[in-house]
Amino acid sequence: MNKTFSGTGQYVASSELMSAVNIAVTLEKPLLVKGEPGTGKTMLAQAVAQALGKQLIIWNVKSTTKAQDGLYVYDVVQRLYDSQFGAHGVDDIARYIKLGKLGEAFQSPEQVVLLIDEIDKADLEFPNDLLWELDQMEFYIPETRETIRAKQRPIVIITSNAEKELPDAFLRRCIFHYIEFPGQEQMERILRVHFDHLEEDLLRQAMAAFYWLRELRGIDKKPSTSELVDWLRALAAGGVKPSRIQKEFPFAGVLLKKDKDLRTLRDAR
Amino acid sequence: MFLSFFYLLRSRGLDVTPDEWMTLLEGLSHGLHQSSLTGFYQLCRAVLVKSEADFDRFDQVFLEFFRDVPWNGDLPEELLNWLNRPSETLGRTLEELMQAGFSQESAEALLKLLEERLKEQTAEHNGGSYWVGTQGRSPFGNSGWHPDGIRIGGQGLYRTAMMVAGERRFRDFRKDNTLDTRQFQMAFRLLRQLSSQAEGSETVLDVEGTIHETCENGGLLKIQKTHPRKNTVKVILLMDSGGSMEYYAGLCSRLFQAAQKSNHFKELHTYYFHNCVYSEVYTSPALRWNAAVPTEQLLRDFDSAYKVILVGDAAMSPYELRERHYDWTRRTYGPSGLEWLERLRKQYPYLVWLNPEPMPERPDYWGQTHWQLGHLLPMYDLSAEGLEQAMKRLMSRRA
Repeated sequence: MNKTFSGTGQYVASSELMSAVNIAVTLEKPLLVKGEPGTGKTMLAQAVAQALGKQLIIWNVKSTTKAQDGLYVYDVVQRLYDSQFGAHGVDDIARYIKLGKLGEAFQSPEQVVLLIDEIDKADLEFPNDLLWELDQMEFYIPETRETIRAKQRPIVIITSNAEKELPDAFLRRCIFHYIEFPGQEQMERILRVHFDHLEEDLLRQAMAAFYWLRELRGIDKKPSTSELVDWLRALAAGGVKPSRIQKEFPFAGVLLKKDKDLRTLRDAR
Repeated sequence: MFLSFFYLLRSRGLDVTPDEWMTLLEGLSHGLHQSSLTGFYQLCRAVLVKSEADFDRFDQVFLEFFRDVPWNGDLPEELLNWLNRPSETLGRTLEELMQAGFSQESAEALLKLLEERLKEQTAEHNGGSYWVGTQGRSPFGNSGWHPDGIRIGGQGLYRTAMMVAGERRFRDFRKDNTLDTRQFQMAFRLLRQLSSQAEGSETVLDVEGTIHETCENGGLLKIQKTHPRKNTVKVILLMDSGGSMEYYAGLCSRLFQAAQKSNHFKELHTYYFHNCVYSEVYTSPALRWNAAVPTEQLLRDFDSAYKVILVGDAAMSPYELRERHYDWTRRTYGPSGLEWLERLRKQYPYLVWLNPEPMPERPDYWGQTHWQLGHLLPMYDLSAEGLEQAMKRLMSRRA
């Protein structure tokens, strides 16, 4: 527990984010990370796991995900089929209990990093259903009368795109951090991590164009870091002269994904 | 000294609970503030504030409280002492809270206690010489707030907490919501009609079917699957727009967002009208002619299985409701608003009117139509509670 998080070779974290991670780790509370799409919320968990040398378990939440899925699944159908032919071990219910991601994290003998990705995708009640499990780090399986308790309290990182508001009771138990869109300096550091060598001029021109575009009025879906990285790749691969970037905006489709936004860009120039 | 920060946060509208406060104290005792005001700021914010919408408010309170703490270099001795010796002040604070938080008193009593303390605390703050300076301004007011002293010469290599707080980078995220969309959404959830007819690839075990098929199969197991039951509720939302409704625009937009986000409806159609439904409704709140849809068509397209929610204050001149309505496009008189509403009521047995304005005690001039419509249609207040009642009404056929 003495290790602290300070970013990795691949992940540039702001000082605020670093301290938020360390606070959550020390206080043993889930860290809730919010922010614009493309600001590296999901990457954070990977970086934390890597920096602290822990295994990462990812629980991807979808709109149909139930809280129960993360705990365990009782495979009734398989058991029924097995019982037909008297397969060995049908009496043993435990054989048909499959732990979900949360259960997996609890069972791990070593401390792991558990990422609950995009929690707001699920049903409104979803976070509330996990309150006890995340608080006490244990759950009960009625079928086997067994309590699964965390051997080592996992480091829990939860991301949200703010599609739905999360319940208060849930928020109260979390450490909260909002990832801001990186400023120019921070962005430069991030880009240098992604590219081994970049033409100074190209970088400067592209950044200027990128931030101008983000400030442009009437853009519905603002381009984010990951799109800027892709764009720079395209520019470098296409051998675009830096002087042309501001003038012509080549490969604008990499940055803007909506017809309307592309039109706005055309009109603005 | 420190507990008053807690009360100040609460009195400024940040809903910090004793539990979160305890977490903060725990964090302090672990040394997570790293003996710097910046670290302390980051720790406080991460633990106490749970939405970027509240960051700005938090920044302001932080500034207000710690403004006379010199920002340059290290923490002042007084604060450092207190932070470093948790045995004294901190311990006592902790104890106090422990007593308050974990005594046998019920949660309600505890809340009451907090509330009382809160009142005391604000009174004291306002009286103090320091707070006088901030009196008369809205605590969450304009941007001209930055104390100059903090900015000057502060552009060092690392930013101090005061600077970060002073920058107020999160001003844009503020929303002074009283009723949040979540409450509306919760109410909308009541509106469901489950049916297994829904399409989709998802399947669940059909226990009844399996037993039946297995028996038919001579006892050999034959698993049957079925579609899970899905919501089949179809909703038409008709919203009053413009005029006296401008006043309730915020509330209505939250209702609209909640309805949009409640993705469990099978269909949701939104139309707008002004004052009352006449021969046309509109697909956009601006009520432009090119967004008009004939009400006749609406009645044709959507059968009586749809549930209709009308939103409006029902305040208009009586003639707007009762007189025959002059149709400018056809240059003839069409049916009156009342007749249109009657037609809606006849076609849709599941229909409610949500009104942001409470029902008047006695009908005055503007309240007449409100009164009349309130007796014609099932009308509910546009509040979380009223909405809940209305949703229940929508689930049962009209008496």
